[in-house]
Amino acid sequence: MTYEGWILLTACLVGISCGTVGCFLIIRRMTMLADAISHSVLLGIVLTFLIANSLDGMYMLIGAAVIGFVTTFAIQSLHQAGVQEDASIGIVFTTFFAIGVILLSLFAKDVHLDVEHALMGEIAFLPLNTHTLFGFEIPKATSMLLAITAFTLVVILLFYKELKITSFDAALALTLGLPVTLIHYLLMGLVSITAVGSFDAVGAILVVSMLVVPGVCAYLLTDRLSLMLLYSCIFGIASAVFGYYGAAWLDVSISGAMSTAGGILFLFTWIFSPRYGLLQRLTSAVST
Amino acid sequence: MHALEVKDLQVAYDKKAVLEHVNLTIPKGSLTAIVGPNGAGKSTLMKAILGMLKRSSGHISVLGKPYSPKNRNVGYVPQRGSVDWDFPTNSLDVILMGRYAHIGWFKRPSKQDVTLAKEALQKLGMEAYANRQIRQLSGGQQQRVFLARALVQDADVYLMDEPFVGVDAKTENAIIDLLRELQQKGKTVIVVHHDLQTVPEYFDHTLLLNRTVIANGPTELVFTKDLLQKTYGGALAFFTAPDDRISG
Amino acid sequence: MIQDLVDSLLYQPNTQWVVLSTMLLGIASGVLGCFALLKKQSLIGDAVAHAALPGICIAYLLTGEKQLLVLLLGATATGLLATYLIQLITATTRIKKDAAICMVLSVFFGTGIVLLSRITQQAEGNKSGLDHFIFGQAAAMTRHDVYTMAGVAAGLIFISCLLFKEWKLLIFDTDFARNSGLPIGLLETLFSTLLVMTVVIGIQAVGVILMAALLIIPAISARFWTDRLGWMVVISGAIGAASGVAGALISTIRTGLATGPLIVVTAASFFAVSFIFGRKRSLVQKLTAHRIHTERVKEESV
Repeated sequence: MTYEGWILLTACLVGISCGTVGCFLIIRRMTMLADAISHSVLLGIVLTFLIANSLDGMYMLIGAAVIGFVTTFAIQSLHQAGVQEDASIGIVFTTFFAIGVILLSLFAKDVHLDVEHALMGEIAFLPLNTHTLFGFEIPKATSMLLAITAFTLVVILLFYKELKITSFDAALALTLGLPVTLIHYLLMGLVSITAVGSFDAVGAILVVSMLVVPGVCAYLLTDRLSLMLLYSCIFGIASAVFGYYGAAWLDVSISGAMSTAGGILFLFTWIFSPRYGLLQRLTSAVST
Repeated sequence: MHALEVKDLQVAYDKKAVLEHVNLTIPKGSLTAIVGPNGAGKSTLMKAILGMLKRSSGHISVLGKPYSPKNRNVGYVPQRGSVDWDFPTNSLDVILMGRYAHIGWFKRPSKQDVTLAKEALQKLGMEAYANRQIRQLSGGQQQRVFLARALVQDADVYLMDEPFVGVDAKTENAIIDLLRELQQKGKTVIVVHHDLQTVPEYFDHTLLLNRTVIANGPTELVFTKDLLQKTYGGALAFFTAPDDRISG
Repeated sequence: MIQDLVDSLLYQPNTQWVVLSTMLLGIASGVLGCFALLKKQSLIGDAVAHAALPGICIAYLLTGEKQLLVLLLGATATGLLATYLIQLITATTRIKKDAAICMVLSVFFGTGIVLLSRITQQAEGNKSGLDHFIFGQAAAMTRHDVYTMAGVAAGLIFISCLLFKEWKLLIFDTDFARNSGLPIGLLETLFSTLLVMTVVIGIQAVGVILMAALLIIPAISARFWTDRLGWMVVISGAIGAASGVAGALISTIRTGLATGPLIVVTAASFFAVSFIFGRKRSLVQKLTAHRIHTERVKEESV
């Protein structure tokens, strides 16, 4: 595959994995938690490196899952201790992220990672770092994202019913005997590994836009969860592709351009959505 | 001159009419109950009068003049659930908020304002709780604090949204005593009320509302079985008490 | 040795100015953070901070120079635009507030990154340290920047003191405030504008990513010490000031460490102490007083 092909494939995988997970965050009103986790992941990566002394994929995933769990748990504990929810989120992720940045600058020489990379990703250089898998030479980040995307899709397909019911009506799910808390943490786990997988490609903050924007666009187009997941993937891929070519055309940051492309797609959806668009609102207001 | 006059008020949520063609007058110095089934638009009426909701049409006058918050002649007691109980404030502080319109911009409450607030606390039997954070008051105590706040507003017309909901008997008595005292001072008090049983006992004027005015007048004329039936529809079939009272 | 460093730095006028300005910034964000917190708008502050980045870049691209006041004007413009967009999105669609905030925050930041990469490539030599705005670099501020920042911060503190009573009523009970004849719309707009300005003056020292922390953490820490808004504002301002000073000092001692993360970590330790040992609703208080309190309320409500 060409150099460009690998980048596009990686970006699309980010779009698919973030797009599907993001839908559940949106209907559960938990996007801020994802924002928090994607920031905390930086601390997870730095700590993992300091402990395991390696930036290998497996260690990273474990580190991310652990820090995702710790973040979710810390936010929930603060909230239960009487701190209002938005403030608990704000405290936890900024603190974790700040510690991550400080550690990173203290040990910058040892960690093969700099702050800019952490924020914006380095998708343009990903194809340079390859390994051989089943006889194919494949970029490391791409293979990791392939695995994560596959895992995410399998989990969502397996637990689709449960995820749907707990998202829609947690109280009902509890009376049905479903492990609501477990599913909550399962979802946060998915967010964490998606975030770390996409980290190399798009960086800590822009992964948030890949998690939220495609899902939000889809949310304006359909009332069915299954269709929303599908549309969200399409929007995720579209932002990735448009972003990449836009960036190549203007010679700017690829990850930033992907996020901007998502924003533009949202703008169009917002105005023109046949169901919930601004134009629709205007015309129906005029006709009555 | 009427205490409150509402002409052709209409309110709609999402293009659905909630209140239609509401015309009413409330006499000065009355103690008025607004009564109607759930969803009749009682709270909506109150908020629309005070301009907290957008009106599709309608004209409101208070004591002969068009209503404006700047005239400071209307006091308001909102439904109890509508504030953040964890807010860093105590009873005395909340009552002092009733003086803000009088204190004016930028200035701090004066000694006199504090004295007034303390008197109001005392009147409602709450002087021991002046420095208590509001979450740490019982439901009835919270309600009394909000009444005290309306009291120090020193208005001519009071609008109260369900002040009797969820309060203990002691608070209910304290509130009704206060309302009567206000009436004796020549003030007009208009209350959204949900408990039909106590209407004839507490109020001399009654407004029956179900998305529009069903009846409006002195309680003994308005609070009849026929009119209540008209207001509540079938829902009143389960409810016989008012009839007993009227006949008895 | 660190003690010596601190002492010697304290006698350098430039350091003194930087410390003074981060202190004023800490007070301003502590004070406005209290109102933002109680208004449940803390995370809007986060969105505003992120949204400031494209504004800074656009202002730089248009004027071609790194004049702080101009950059801050750009930041204020995009910051206000972000607040407005969040309101508009939640008002006209079924998208909830959290998703709207997240989306606006990340898309604006992404656009900022695009513009920043453009600037970086345009003029290698004149890169101008715009990337300092991401994590904050108090030491990199010029004397002129410091004056601007300190002046605006002092103004913000002054206005907040003037409008203390009005904002309190507005946030606590909007309906009642309207009934009292307060101009609600005007007060709301004024508050949003001041909040945006607080964030904007903070981004050079704290950075766009972590600025929200300076709004949230001092305010929520102060809440554990008092049940009065007046005291909460004072304590929050003090914690903000202490965090600002500590962060600025440490970052000037060890060059290479960004100021923002240091300020945030300092503030976070204040939070930890308040959360555990505070006088109101802290862990210690809860463990000792919980039982007594519930019994007391029970007795009174009878």
